Amino acid sequence: MRKTVSGLLPILIPAVSLAVLLAAVFYMQPRAMSYTGLNLLFNLAVPIALATIAQMIIMAVNDLDLSIGTFVSFAACVTAVYMPNQPLVAILILAGAVGIYALLGIVITLRDLPSIVVTLGMSFVWGGLAVLILPAPGGQAPVWLRALMVSKPPLVPMAIVASVVIAVLAHLLIMRSTFGVLLRGVGGNSRSVARAGWSVLALKGAAYATAGIFAVLSGMALVGLTTSADANIALRYTLLSIAGVILGGGEFVGGKVSPIGAVIGALTLTLAGSFLSFLRISPDWQIGAQGGILIIVLALRLVINRRSPQEKTS
Amino acid sequence: MNRLSLLSRKPWTWSFVAALATWIVTILFTGGASTASLTQATLTFAAFSVIVGLGQMLVITLGPGNVDLSVPATITLSGTVALKLMDGQDGMILAGLAVSIAIGLAIGIVNYAMIKFLRIPPIIATLSMSFLVQSTAIWYNRGLRVKPPEELASFTTSSTFGVPNTALVALLLSLAVWWLLDRAIFGRWISAIGQNAFSARMAGIAVDGCRLATYVLCAVLASVCGYLLASFSGGAALNMGAEYLLMSIAVVVIGGSAVAGGNSNVPGIWGASLFMFLVVSMLNTYGFGAGVRLIMTGLIIICVIVAASRPAGSAR
Amino acid sequence: MSETEAVVSIRQVRVEFGAVKALDGVDFEVRPGEAVGLVGHNGAGKSTIVNVINGGLSPHQGEILYEGEPGGGISRARAHGVRCVFQELSLCPNLTVVENTRLMHAGLKGFGWRKRAATLIRARMDEVFPGHGIDPLATVGSLSIAERQMVEIAINFLTVTEDPKLVILDEPTSSLDASLAEQLMTYVRRFVREGGSVLLISHILGEILSTSSRIVVMKDGRVVTSRPAGEFSVKTLVEAMGSVVKETARTASSGTASAEKVIALVPQGGSATPFHAARGEIIGLAGLGGHGQTRMLLDLFAESSSKWFPTAAKRMAFVAGDRALNGTFSQWSILRNLSIGNLPQLARLAAVHTARETAHGEDWKARMGIRTPDMNNPILSLSGGNQQKVLFARALASDATIVLMDDPMRGVDIGTKQEVYATLRREASAGRTFIWYSTEMDEVRLCDRVYVFRDGAIVAELSGDAVSEENILAASFSGEAA
Repeated sequence: MRKTVSGLLPILIPAVSLAVLLAAVFYMQPRAMSYTGLNLLFNLAVPIALATIAQMIIMAVNDLDLSIGTFVSFAACVTAVYMPNQPLVAILILAGAVGIYALLGIVITLRDLPSIVVTLGMSFVWGGLAVLILPAPGGQAPVWLRALMVSKPPLVPMAIVASVVIAVLAHLLIMRSTFGVLLRGVGGNSRSVARAGWSVLALKGAAYATAGIFAVLSGMALVGLTTSADANIALRYTLLSIAGVILGGGEFVGGKVSPIGAVIGALTLTLAGSFLSFLRISPDWQIGAQGGILIIVLALRLVINRRSPQEKTS
Repeated sequence: MNRLSLLSRKPWTWSFVAALATWIVTILFTGGASTASLTQATLTFAAFSVIVGLGQMLVITLGPGNVDLSVPATITLSGTVALKLMDGQDGMILAGLAVSIAIGLAIGIVNYAMIKFLRIPPIIATLSMSFLVQSTAIWYNRGLRVKPPEELASFTTSSTFGVPNTALVALLLSLAVWWLLDRAIFGRWISAIGQNAFSARMAGIAVDGCRLATYVLCAVLASVCGYLLASFSGGAALNMGAEYLLMSIAVVVIGGSAVAGGNSNVPGIWGASLFMFLVVSMLNTYGFGAGVRLIMTGLIIICVIVAASRPAGSAR
Repeated sequence: MSETEAVVSIRQVRVEFGAVKALDGVDFEVRPGEAVGLVGHNGAGKSTIVNVINGGLSPHQGEILYEGEPGGGISRARAHGVRCVFQELSLCPNLTVVENTRLMHAGLKGFGWRKRAATLIRARMDEVFPGHGIDPLATVGSLSIAERQMVEIAINFLTVTEDPKLVILDEPTSSLDASLAEQLMTYVRRFVREGGSVLLISHILGEILSTSSRIVVMKDGRVVTSRPAGEFSVKTLVEAMGSVVKETARTASSGTASAEKVIALVPQGGSATPFHAARGEIIGLAGLGGHGQTRMLLDLFAESSSKWFPTAAKRMAFVAGDRALNGTFSQWSILRNLSIGNLPQLARLAAVHTARETAHGEDWKARMGIRTPDMNNPILSLSGGNQQKVLFARALASDATIVLMDDPMRGVDIGTKQEVYATLRREASAGRTFIWYSTEMDEVRLCDRVYVFRDGAIVAELSGDAVSEENILAASFSGEAA
């Protein structure tokens, strides 16, 4: 009994908030309640969901990646510049970038570094590389990527189909597979993982590499949608991804994450953007409203956590 | 010899060595032609990073997870509001400063209130706060560019005895923070909190009071920086604080303060601020673009943090 | 007798932590079908030997043989069937029981591991703790401490690809009630009969005597005795551990306690007895470890001091037991660790007065006999006992009228203890009140009055001659023996 309640609660809250927000949008703009309407509303959800999953994997091992935004921008620049004509070069660069992510995870673990500072430094590096690759906005999306992102599956828009696929895949990887168990184990109690004979170092490296892969996919998806890139295209993703994970019931420490929740969180944030524009909030306050929403959600979470009887650690 | 080895053990020595080396390399490239102007510019611009860095350093001293990401927005809002209020009148200079400081106070208090009562981790709390503050600045500014009062503008852009006035202000503030950190009881308290907050609590330290004071100090220093920066650059701009987000953290790290908290130093902030500006001007002199500068900055931060670390598990 | 028979054997092993010889040339082995009981005082080297055997700690000298093969390291130990249930729980609280099982057993590979793990762990739980009622799909964080301990024990007795050959149980019953502990001991005896080996560490000598086939006694990093369990009784075992069983009368009751009450609490947290303390009293908090004593000290302290405003005069001072957790500041010198407790008295114009601080340090160095050449050395350069003296000095140097002590003598040598006991007496007669949580019976017997804790509540108040081992044990255990 206890298990089912505590197991569902974290996903229930984001799901309900998404539903409420969606209902509010439909109420204000009934025309949004259609295939094209939904497609427009959730248009940018796919890259955000992928970036959120990447951040979630880093957070599962008790770290935080402040370079996700610049890294997704970098990946987008590489995709837009090289992928259409020199796909091999693009793949090599992106694979190298994932390798650097793995290396970061290893160095952070090996030297016991604060991930915040290291990824902060890396955000300069990715930003610099993106500027070098693409000094001015431009590039183009590879045809197949464009076709994939704008394809129109029957009944349900692509953005939603893709989000569901991402959620299911991430759930299988993080919640069901042995690899996922070990990752969350590192977040929950890395000492006992080490005592059981696993290499925490390798696990952290693998976690960062996996996060890197999701972030690369995010950059590619973004180019598929926008058909071009620039070095600052995804800077907002750093915050959006952290907020998405938290919205989805994840925690900063302790390996408590939920991939399905994280994707729902990303969808909620995407929708919140549209919602704000429907409310005709002055563009001056767009960023501020995002900050406000984040604070409200975190405050709500606190209220809910207080209600639930367990969890009295201090 | 003995004194030299003592000096090399100070964590901030290296930032000065690096700054000096970069200075020499840059001078050599230009054949010594720009020595005076380079030094002037370095001191002027480093002063702003120093002022922001001091506040960030105090917050980082509080221990793992403590960082103030609302610094850039605070700079922007403070500069915007102060300049609009002063409206170019010399008589309003002090009133503008007072409003700046009041803005810092308010932001610091709200920051800590969110951390404490909403139990939001400092990174997220201050980041969310920065959005609200930035929006307020955008709304208040309305794209206007108000000129600073004549006297204030000339004060911030001129020098006394060959030293830029902004650098002198930064020096005064540094002395104050140094006293606070190294001599005052308050410094002992925040260092204790940074090493072990539970121990600090059980030693009878008013932990929440100290943390609040630190976040407020950081925000006030940022708003003072915004006030000076806006006056120096002839008006407030909405992106004027942006570069100080990462810069403020970078100078703390490069200056040799412990990223995990508990152990900070003021001189390092100066060494690191000078170094960071000199690196940029060196790369400019050598004709590198923005991309290379960014990459170099990032790599320097990572190298410093790796060099200052020890292998996991060796601490105990 | 042959070496190949032993599941694990260590020879002439030395481990040193700084100046402390944790293991000083130890020979030790466990053979199949043997239940070895390992006893010894705090700091005798039990935990160190466990860490050497499970591969977590490589000795500075000597060799380890698993089933006759030399080598070390966690994975090698596990490959030879060595499992370890740690004193502090080592499950991942964010994972389910099944996932924790997977984590501990690399052999649970491939598709359908969840189902297999669930079946295996449920079967083993039923076998060890019949009627446990724990759902293998529950998140560990939602289980009680006792349930977590049961899960961890069952996971370590699990056979996935290979049988456990040696299971190390380090205080396995510390959070189990009497009936669960008995279920465990019954299972251990069966496991050993079927050819497995167990290394059992427990402070409950009854368990050791009834379950072990051989008992090894350690003292000061050496094995002092290793004989069949049948040759021991509680009395001889305690004697072998080196602490002479004291049947002497209590030396306490100096009669300095005045009638002036400094604390009076209404009964709370299910307690039937109200708590009060008078000026000049030494009050003991007894009972089994972790039954609410520390909580009470922390609550008392929290009420007395503000988290927002620095207060000049502090009513209470706290002496930590777990120094790294809530006692010392590891980056600081001895002097700074001492002076942090009363900086306002050492300051002028809000700045610390260096000369006064140094004098203060020298004063307390002499008074407490802190053994260091220089008070400016780092705090971690001191031995545990001397660090503890610094923490005591910090509390005593303050003007607090009440001193709270959270089992501060853990891991402190006997000499230091005697010095501190004398200081306590002196300070109490000078009018200070001490509230002293201690896990050691000898210390509790030094107190004027004792409150016994069980399950977070005060269950008995003893004073005068009623402060005796029998009464305290009876109060700590009553009800649980059913």
